[in-house]
Formats: sequence, structure tokens, C-alpha cells
Amino acid sequence: MTPALAVQLAYGWLAAIKVAAVLAVVPVGALLYVYFYLFKMVSHMQSRLGPMEAGPHGVLQAPVELLKFLQKEDLVPERADRFVFGAAPFVVFLSTFLLFVIIPTGPRLVAENLDTGVFFALAVSSISVIGILMAGWASANKYSVTGGIRAAGQLIAYELPMVLAIVGVVVQAGTMSLQGIVHAQATGKIFGWGGIGNPFVFTQLVGFVIFFIAAQAELTQTPFDMPVAESELVAGYLTEYSGVRFLLFFMAEFASAFAFAAIASTIFLGGWYIPGVHGTAADLLGPVVMIAKTMAVGFVIFWIRFTFPRFREDQLQAFAWKYLIPLSLLNILVTGILKVVF
Amino acid sequence: MTTTASDWRQAAYVASQAADARVNVELETDGMTLNLGPQHPATHGTLRIVVRLDGEQVLWADPACGYMHRGYEKLAEVRKYPQITTLVNRIDWLGSFANEVPFILAAEKLMDIEAPPRAQYIRTVLFEMARVANVTLFLGDMGVQLGAVSPVFYAFRDREHVLNLIEAATGGRFHPNYDRIGGLKDDLPKGWVDETKAVMKKMRAFCDEMEDLLLGNEIFQARTRGIGVIPKDVGLEYGMSGANVRASGVDWDIRRDEDSPLAWKHADWKVWTHPDGDSFARYWVRLQETREATVIIDQLLDGLPAGPIMAKVPRIIKVPAGEAFIHTENPMGEMGYYLVSKGDIGPFRVKIKTPSFNNVSITPWLLRGVYVPDVITILASLYFILGDIDR
Repeated sequence: MTPALAVQLAYGWLAAIKVAAVLAVVPVGALLYVYFYLFKMVSHMQSRLGPMEAGPHGVLQAPVELLKFLQKEDLVPERADRFVFGAAPFVVFLSTFLLFVIIPTGPRLVAENLDTGVFFALAVSSISVIGILMAGWASANKYSVTGGIRAAGQLIAYELPMVLAIVGVVVQAGTMSLQGIVHAQATGKIFGWGGIGNPFVFTQLVGFVIFFIAAQAELTQTPFDMPVAESELVAGYLTEYSGVRFLLFFMAEFASAFAFAAIASTIFLGGWYIPGVHGTAADLLGPVVMIAKTMAVGFVIFWIRFTFPRFREDQLQAFAWKYLIPLSLLNILVTGILKVVF
Repeated sequence: MTTTASDWRQAAYVASQAADARVNVELETDGMTLNLGPQHPATHGTLRIVVRLDGEQVLWADPACGYMHRGYEKLAEVRKYPQITTLVNRIDWLGSFANEVPFILAAEKLMDIEAPPRAQYIRTVLFEMARVANVTLFLGDMGVQLGAVSPVFYAFRDREHVLNLIEAATGGRFHPNYDRIGGLKDDLPKGWVDETKAVMKKMRAFCDEMEDLLLGNEIFQARTRGIGVIPKDVGLEYGMSGANVRASGVDWDIRRDEDSPLAWKHADWKVWTHPDGDSFARYWVRLQETREATVIIDQLLDGLPAGPIMAKVPRIIKVPAGEAFIHTENPMGEMGYYLVSKGDIGPFRVKIKTPSFNNVSITPWLLRGVYVPDVITILASLYFILGDIDR
């Protein structure tokens, strides 16, 4: 075997392992959120128990639901654009999958440490809009079209404040790499005290709030769930989907919530870093820390989702363009000035 | 033909629409006709509303009802008087006991019988409990229609207490069938009064919870304030009644304004009105009315007289020939029975006037020019029950 081939093979193996690991994270993240938040937390908030039969406290309910969707009939409406209809869930799923590629869970535990990590994350997260629009259009259903168009309008409006909110962090950290942002937080100091580093949620609180709101809209969670508004549009762009395709949409929805929560905890809450742990120990503990932080952020996402009423479409647009975007621009300005001054 | 304020408003509206239409012709946008219902999550039942949309704006809306018509007026003609409460229970199924009362009162009026005071008190208490059971669901359901899913679970949780009490007294959770000509089927069970007072306390806590969770929410207010404004005169022209017109500032409540054998006059309570007439006002008025109903129940239970619950009634009930119309302030609004008897064991004709039918009839006027999400808000705030529309 020539050395070049060996290198290539090794690279191939490594890439395969990375793809498999990221592919495994998607359903695991989705199942975690579905079980803990969609099934249990919200049930207790709404004075009911949620699933209790499948396993202790219904822990097996989520996998059972997965199996249920797998054995359901895959219906395609007669007048649907079959190819686009079938492709749409995969486009949405692809966007979710790519999001997980750049999230670091330890000093060395990252599928791909891109120098433009933040940029990549925001770019691939917008791919899902195309999938949703495809789904809405291809379903040949008026509710679906309305839902798809609403999703497109909403995601375009909220992409902007999200990008601008992150620019503040990028300015402060001086890098776009997610790993670099985590290191910047780990080595940072709060007024000269470096005990817990400097999670950017303190210095970039405005940015964090804007990012959080925009992420809520990007994920189409209440109060921004007009694309699927079940009391108005039946199920929006999901109306005609069933079986495996619906499962893909559903999984992508919760996995992207997981991914956005992971990104938020990476760039605002210090990522995998815990004070005093370095090297291999950090690699081992990193995933645990990340999951804990991601679950904490997810709790807030779903808490808001199950408490608030939803906005109207025009109120949502006004909110984004009139308040969030000017505020995030101001945030960048202030961050830039402070960066130069200190 | 006389010209009214609503006609002028309509004319101004048509002019503004024509201006919009000219813009649309220039841009050549195409409309879309959407069938909201009969199977749609927002119509809670089988109401169908055909809306013509321009983008998300409604050009016109046309409600189509009748999908749940069960012919109770005709069925009542071939039944005996005591059998009819079973039918009318199913008109407004969320507050079913309130449907029985006006019919029984009409029959009693023709027979010139008056139920003993204890029966009248218990009737009134159960009537108000039907109101609480009915409106509680609205208070939660409005949240669902606006996208907040949690309130309705609280509504179902607390409504359960009221239904349990209704079941304890009458034997039926949904269809009590408890009212009889001349009185009631049974007396109240032991301990019922104390338990009811405890539950009424819970219901007031529920109202406070809804005030915190929904009414005070900024998004809820943004979604409901100024949405679906019904001016006083227009509401009355469409024959609307109940909380829907009280939210438009009409101070009219049959419980207070008309003399009735029922016991409302013995309690000290208030009729709530709101000047705005929008969806928010309708929610607000219903919330206050639920509180007021619990207060009425508390007072009536305190003053509950002892005595028999049944007047002397012949074994075979024959209502003397004549006509009577009795209407009461039901949870949904004004409900009335026009009873025509020819001296038989069953009525010759029963005309049932239900509030939801009139309340929904305003939708073509109200829905023009609003956005699709507001269609749902307005329908939810008008609060109808399909059984009450189609009967």
C-alpha cells in the first residue's frame, strides 16, 4: 500500500466516522428534546402527566413514536409535484445535519473546525427555508402555500437580526471560528477575574437576547409559529405530509432547535469549557457540559413556546425590522467602540 | 329604506376597497378562495366559512351553517313535554342545563304552575354553573386560537370540578336532564353546597390565572385590541346578544332587566360592559361574567331556602292551549323558546331562538378586510357552539 493511499484511506475513515457521529447526533438531539420538553416538561406545565406507559415515565415513548411514523402510509396528494414534494424533507434535514458539523464539544471534539464557523452555521441554517417553501408549494394545498410563504417571509426577516447579533460576538472574540470563540470566552476575564472565563452572555447580553428571539423565529416556535399555525393553517406546510417524510420534518424541527441551542451555548455561554479542566479531561467532559447547557437553553425555548400566544404576520415583520434590526446595529456599534477603547 | 350609520360605514368601506382594488389591478394579483371548514381546527365544530383572500387579506367571507342540523324543533313536536328536555340539552352542549330552563319556564307559564322557591334557587345555581362551565372553556380556548396552548388545559382542569358537581346533583356531566315542569328531579346531595363554594373559589382563582396568563399578555393584547370591532348599533341590528353586545357597551342583561321566577333578583351582582367592542373587550367581559357567576352562586347557596323541590303537578302533563315566549340570558346570549300548545301532551310547535346563530351572522360584515389570523381571533372571540347555531 502506498503511503498516499494510506493517508487517503485514513482520511476516508475519519470522514466516515465524523459523518456517522453527526448523523447520530441529529436524532439523539431530537429525541432528547421531544421526550424531555415536548412530552414531559410541557405536560407537567399543563397539569397533566404526559406519556407514562412505555417504560418508566414513558422514556420509550419517543422511539415508539418514531416506529409509528415509519410504518405509516406515505401519502402524496394527487396534484402534488411529486419530486419536489419528496425532496423537500431531505433539504430541511440536510440543513439541520450541516448545522451539527461545526459545533465543538471539546478542545478536539469537533467534526470540522471551520475558520468561518459562525458564517457557515448561519448560511446552512437558511437552507431549510428552501425546503419549507418547496414543501408548501409542492403540496398543492392552499394552507400549505400560505404556510410556506409565511415561513419564507419570516425566516428572511429574522435571518438579519440573528447575523447582526452574532457580529457583536465576532467583533469581541476577534474570530469567526466557533472553537476560537470558546477559547476567547475561556481565557477572558471579568474585571480582571478569570475564575469562570468570560461567557459572552455578560458582555453581549443584548446580542444574546436578540439571537434568542431570532432563533425562536427561525425555528418557527411560538410566538413566531405562523408557518405551522395550527389554529389557522391546519398545519401549514406540513399539512399534506405523513409517515417518514413527516418524521423527517419533525425530527429536523427538534434537531434544529437542539442545534440552535447548542450554538447559543457555544457562542454566549462558554461552550464546552469548564474552569480548571483542560486537555483530554475537557474532551471527555465537554459533551456532557454542552448537553447540559443545550438542555438549559432548550428549556427556555420550549417554556416560551408553550406559554405565549403567537404574533400576527405583519406584527412579526414590524417587530423584526423596526426593533430588532436597529437594536442589533446599535449593539455592533457599541461593541466596536468598546473594543477599540479597551 | 332608511339609511343607518352602518350603511354609511359600509359605503365608506366599499370606497376604500375600490381604491385598493385599483391598486391590485395595476399589480395584477390574483385572489384565492379558501374554505375554512367544515373540517378545520379553528371552527370547533362543523361551521364552514368561505373566504376570498387577496394575499392574507379577506375580501369577503360567507359563513355556511347547517352541517349539524338535527331538527330539534320538529322532533319536539312529536314528543311529550317531559321528554323534550333531553333534546334541548344538546343545543348548547357546554352549558346544557341552561337550555332546559327557558323551555320548562315556558311550559310552566302556560300551565300556570310555579315551582317552589327552593327549586327556583337550585335552578338558578345550576344555570350559573352551566355558565361557568361554558365560559371557562372559552377563556382557555381563546388562547389556543391565538397560539397559546397551555390555557386550555387549565380550563379543562378547573372545568372538571364544575362538571363533577353538576354530575353529583343531576346525574349527568354533559346532559343533566334535571329540570322538570313544576320543579326538579331531585334535591341536592349531602355536602354539595359546601363543595360548590370551595369550587367557586377555585374558579375565581382560575379567572385570576387567565387574567395573568392571557389577558395581561402583550402579544394577546396586540392580537385582540382593535380587532373585530362591533359598534353598538351594528351588533344590535344583527340581533346579537349576550357578552358580545355587552362588550360593545350595550347594558342589557335579561337576568337583571326582566322579571323572572328564577332567583337572580335575590343576589347582589353587577352586569359588566366594555365600551370598545373588540375581541379583547369580549374576552374581558366574559372573564368578568364568570367571576360574577361564581359570586351569584355563592350568594344563592347562602340564602338557599328549605322546602319542597316540586310543585303539585298532574301525573300526565297536558299543557293548556296557548302561546308563550320565555327567554333567558344563557351563557352564549339570549335564548328563547316560543311554545305553542293546543292542549295536548306534546307541544304543537316549538321555535327555538339560539344566540350563536345571530352572533355568527355578523361574520360577513365583520370579516371584510381583516387578515387570516384575525379571522380566527374574531371567530374565537364571538364564541359560538355549532349545536347552538344549527340545533
